[in-house]
Amino acid sequence: MKKLLMISAAIAAVAVAATGYNAHAADKLKVGFIYLGPVGDLGWTYRHEVGRQELVKALGDKIETTYLENVNEGPDSERSIEQLARTGHQLIFTTSFGYMDPTLKVAKRFPKIKFEHATGFKTAPNMGNYAGRFYEGRYIQGVIAGKMSKKGVIGYIGSFPIPEVISGINATMLGAQSVNPNIKVKIIWVNTWFDPGKEADAAKALADQGVDIIMQHTDSPAAMQVAAQRGILAFGQDSDMIKFGPKTQLTAIIDNWGPYYIKQTKAALDGTWKAGETWDGLKEKMVVMAPYTNMPDDVKALAEKTEAGIVAGTLHPFKCPVYGQDGKAVECKGGTHLAPGQILGMNFYVKGVDDKIPGK
Amino acid sequence: MGLLEAILISVIAASTPLLLAAAGELVVERSGVLNLGVEGMMIMGAACGFAGCWLTGSTFLGALCGIAAGAALSLVFAMLTLGLAVNQVAAGLALTILGTGLSGLIGAGFVGQRIVPAPHLDIPFITTLPVVGKLFFGQDGFVYFSILLVIAIWWFLYRTRAGLILRATGDNHTSAHALGYPVLKIRLLAVLFGGGCAGLAGAYLPLAYTPFFIPGMTAGRGWIALALVVFSSWRPGRLVGGAYLFGAVTILQLHAQALGLGIPSQLMTSLPYLATVVVLVLISRSRGIAGSAAPASLGMVFVPDR
Repeated sequence: MKKLLMISAAIAAVAVAATGYNAHAADKLKVGFIYLGPVGDLGWTYRHEVGRQELVKALGDKIETTYLENVNEGPDSERSIEQLARTGHQLIFTTSFGYMDPTLKVAKRFPKIKFEHATGFKTAPNMGNYAGRFYEGRYIQGVIAGKMSKKGVIGYIGSFPIPEVISGINATMLGAQSVNPNIKVKIIWVNTWFDPGKEADAAKALADQGVDIIMQHTDSPAAMQVAAQRGILAFGQDSDMIKFGPKTQLTAIIDNWGPYYIKQTKAALDGTWKAGETWDGLKEKMVVMAPYTNMPDDVKALAEKTEAGIVAGTLHPFKCPVYGQDGKAVECKGGTHLAPGQILGMNFYVKGVDDKIPGK
Repeated sequence: MGLLEAILISVIAASTPLLLAAAGELVVERSGVLNLGVEGMMIMGAACGFAGCWLTGSTFLGALCGIAAGAALSLVFAMLTLGLAVNQVAAGLALTILGTGLSGLIGAGFVGQRIVPAPHLDIPFITTLPVVGKLFFGQDGFVYFSILLVIAIWWFLYRTRAGLILRATGDNHTSAHALGYPVLKIRLLAVLFGGGCAGLAGAYLPLAYTPFFIPGMTAGRGWIALALVVFSSWRPGRLVGGAYLFGAVTILQLHAQALGLGIPSQLMTSLPYLATVVVLVLISRSRGIAGSAAPASLGMVFVPDR
């Protein structure tokens, strides 16, 4: 009997301690992040991590953040998202396209927790989404590539044939065609977001086949490094990769998530958070261009002019008419340019792309 | 430089890490131990190899650091599976998880740093010969070492008494033990050798392939190396063929895409794995004809009775 008493006393003590801990933790809002790659990938995940760090810097006294890195897309991610939900996180950012359905499933099971999914198209009352208008940056890169490629061929390393990547290829081509109507593109899909060896192999294959400008939609600086070794030009992706190609990088599309993370977390703190659909670009500075380097002044001026046009709204990369590969104009649902839904769900190549979308 | 030559050079570079890691694992498995931790030992080799090279400025010392890191991690595996007779599959998987995490920690400070990639041999007049020059005489040191390593392993396994004893241990550890051979010591040495090879294979990535370090940069190559050992049906000669076949398929599918041949890239990416499945089926269908040399005691725990 005495033993039993001691045990219950011990349990009670633990329970008190646990409650005490919870009470303390509840003072701060717990914000969770799910990352696709390692935080040091120098690309996609790294930029989300920079955003998280900016968030901590801005609101560190009111919040507590957690991140899980190297979370595979698909069923594996559902477990990770649920883990964050079960451990008291009130606001969870899932930062890759492939987390969309898992996030939705978990969001339905935890209606009181707020979810934010990056680069997808599904929402729920407690799940918003956010994405950058990366195609705006791609269009500028296309203009630069059209001017800078001596051979008139752009090498393009794609990850997966999803709408975001396809709209990037199309925006690039439309930009390039605006200065060189005969521009060509060679596309290699590596079917991974992150595999430096494979990305390098793809870049080598493109260089071997006579491409003199490489553009990538994968996450590591491997392609930039290969381009530097081969003495050709390249664009950085997700973050400024100039370090890996001081004489190679023309510019880079930089993802700038920090301001958005701060805004949404503030909204969650003061109770004004709503599940929204955010799609910001150069104007809102969610997409930022790295300095224009390694190009003559006239190309630089043209790139700056293009950027200014997009920011001012006088230039839209998908201005109608947009022609499909068959030469027919695509239905223009957005008035003067393609509607957001047409861009976010893009599954066709524009005229001038001499290739087929894999599996289509 | 012709396109064919360029493709072949890329194929050799892509195959070398697979060959190095698989050669080590082949010896481990021939001794009767299944170490599924190749991926973890490789990424440790990559992190420590890069760190070593960055700190000393020498590719050679970097490679040595990689070997040491892989061997050190395999020692953990040996202590668990040989010393404590833990299940080898579970220990191997745990080793990969440990290696992935630990390498990220070690390598964190080196992300974004740059080194000079391993030099390519350049012999005057010979390297400039058309086609064969660059292909056979213009590679980096790792490539030549990987070929020499496989030849040495073949010679060791089939032409030396020690190799015979190692194979006997893998086929029937009870008999080997009864004959007075130190089963656990033999396996310990084999596991350490395999760890060193995996570490070197990992170090090849940041030292020669893509000269920077990023966590997780092995991206599954350790698993392909494991598949290769089965693909080769535990024979060093077939291992070379298998590694170069895997490398060739990987590179050729990229070129086929760039040429716009219109073959779905998803199918091409999966080809090496389909090939492994086919070989596995062939092996199990016709054990005698295909000549599988699967070690009979592979993956079994051995506890010596006194």
